[in-house]
Amino acid sequence: MSFSNFEPATILAILPEILLLGLAIIILLVDLLFKRSEKSFLGWLTAIGLTVILVVTLAYSRPTGEDPLILGGMLRHDWPAYTFNIVLIFAAAITAILSVGIPEIADRGEYFALLVVATMGMNLMAASADLVMLFLAIETTSIPLYILAGFLKGDNKSTESGLKYFLFGAVTSAVMLYGFSLLYGLTGETNIYRLAEAMRVGELSPLLLGGTALLVLVGFAFKISAAPFHFWSPDVYEGAPTPITAFISTASKAAGFAVLIRFMLAVFPAIEAEWTWILAIMATLTMTIGNILALAQTNIKRLLAYSSVAHAGYALIGLVALSTLGTASVVFYLATYILTNLAAFAVVIVFARAAGSEEIANYAGLSRRSPYLSLAFLIAMLSLGGMPPLVGFVAKFYVFAAAVQSGWIWLAFVGVLNAIIGLYYYLTVLKVVYLYRSEEDDNLIPVPRSYAFALALCSLAIILIGTLSAPWFNWAMNAAQSLF
Amino acid sequence: MIPLSWYLIFAAILFSIGLYGALARRNALAILMAIELMLNAVNLNLVAFWRYITPGAVSGQAFALIVFAVAASEAAVGLALIISIYRRRRTVAMEEINMMKW
Repeated sequence: MSFSNFEPATILAILPEILLLGLAIIILLVDLLFKRSEKSFLGWLTAIGLTVILVVTLAYSRPTGEDPLILGGMLRHDWPAYTFNIVLIFAAAITAILSVGIPEIADRGEYFALLVVATMGMNLMAASADLVMLFLAIETTSIPLYILAGFLKGDNKSTESGLKYFLFGAVTSAVMLYGFSLLYGLTGETNIYRLAEAMRVGELSPLLLGGTALLVLVGFAFKISAAPFHFWSPDVYEGAPTPITAFISTASKAAGFAVLIRFMLAVFPAIEAEWTWILAIMATLTMTIGNILALAQTNIKRLLAYSSVAHAGYALIGLVALSTLGTASVVFYLATYILTNLAAFAVVIVFARAAGSEEIANYAGLSRRSPYLSLAFLIAMLSLGGMPPLVGFVAKFYVFAAAVQSGWIWLAFVGVLNAIIGLYYYLTVLKVVYLYRSEEDDNLIPVPRSYAFALALCSLAIILIGTLSAPWFNWAMNAAQSLF
Repeated sequence: MIPLSWYLIFAAILFSIGLYGALARRNALAILMAIELMLNAVNLNLVAFWRYITPGAVSGQAFALIVFAVAASEAAVGLALIISIYRRRRTVAMEEINMMKW
């Protein structure tokens, strides 16, 4: 592990992370210079900074064909990492726009700085190739997110949400870390690409490996909120400030999947048959529990929380398929899920600011109070439910196709049945929006410009990627190929 | 020299006590202490493995040091969250922190 072969290419490879750290420092400095009442532009500053970083990453940080392991094997700069970097920075930029104008949040520099630092942690998660780096990246993501979930100190629900998120997260990450320590002890290696080789040479018993895999899976399942480690998600989602709920349910989940895919494929090829079965059962449980509990919800944020649990289940199907198509379908699924869920949460925020409510029953008459907002909600909900020609349909189609191709027909069947249950509760919400009336029908809901921009961007992308999915899916295929 | 297995068994017991405490305790501070026990068990594992299996490489030691640092920052954030909830509710008992259910 020497730095003698340090090259400019290494700087380019970690350019997004360097720039994100720089942006966080700039936000904190700007925060010092202005008075409280003048700081409402911080959200835009963050969003513009993240957009610039996104463009720079697209232009300069493209993986080259050479040795992808950089910085002494700590990170692997490859197509999956690059793809997830772009998706995660995009999600953070939209979250920053959604935070503009929200009281107690929009004028706080530390809020945006923590958001950017969490994004940096997620980018590192997607690229980590070493147990030490992986643990550090996961904690760099989690710790700012705990604070952000409990950010509204004057709000009982938010403080409760932060504490619950922290306790669940700390316990599961300690269990995962115990698994890491055993992996290190069994092989004497910390680099995840050398672990598998050392396991093969050491002829370790599958039982021991399986037990270690289970310990590690606890931590990953928490990050992607897969059953049976999903209990935190409805409470945390309901209590956290809504932009943070959107961020946790999209970016944090995608980063968790990035780690899960890389880790399982690289470290445990020896017990492939066993862990795919464990994940298949986990996917079945996750989808079914998420969808069935979502049916009974009356709060829109809790409904979206259970729906996001269910979506983690669908995405897991693609990983179970254990093929290039399967992995590509997971990447594609997550990218599209991020777009769709951000749009859905944007509508929830606009409505909560105007009407002061998160109860589904109060959405009655929304189609008359703001037709455009309802249209965006319609697009987001139908896409989450998997209706063609929206992107949610294409994503589900690829995931199920991958499962069928690899012989997991029963799992694809369970997935389709679950998609039908899911469609039912999405349509129930839309029924309230479009068919029910309320006394406040004439009371129009204003849509602030920042939200209109974010909603238009996400809705257009949902329709465009849904109708023209081939180039995007090819990108995902490209990313998946370098994992096998 | 003390065999490696003694350290591993001790770490496993410590980890189990911590996990039991985290799941069974009702006081948020006690849960935080239980989590610290689990992290200490991990550190014991790491240092023992380093000494017995790869004494030449520093990776195990570096890993343990990073776990220390992260555990400290995690404890700081956890205590801050507990204080912020205590100021509003005058309690840190988890069964009373239940505004949101189902």
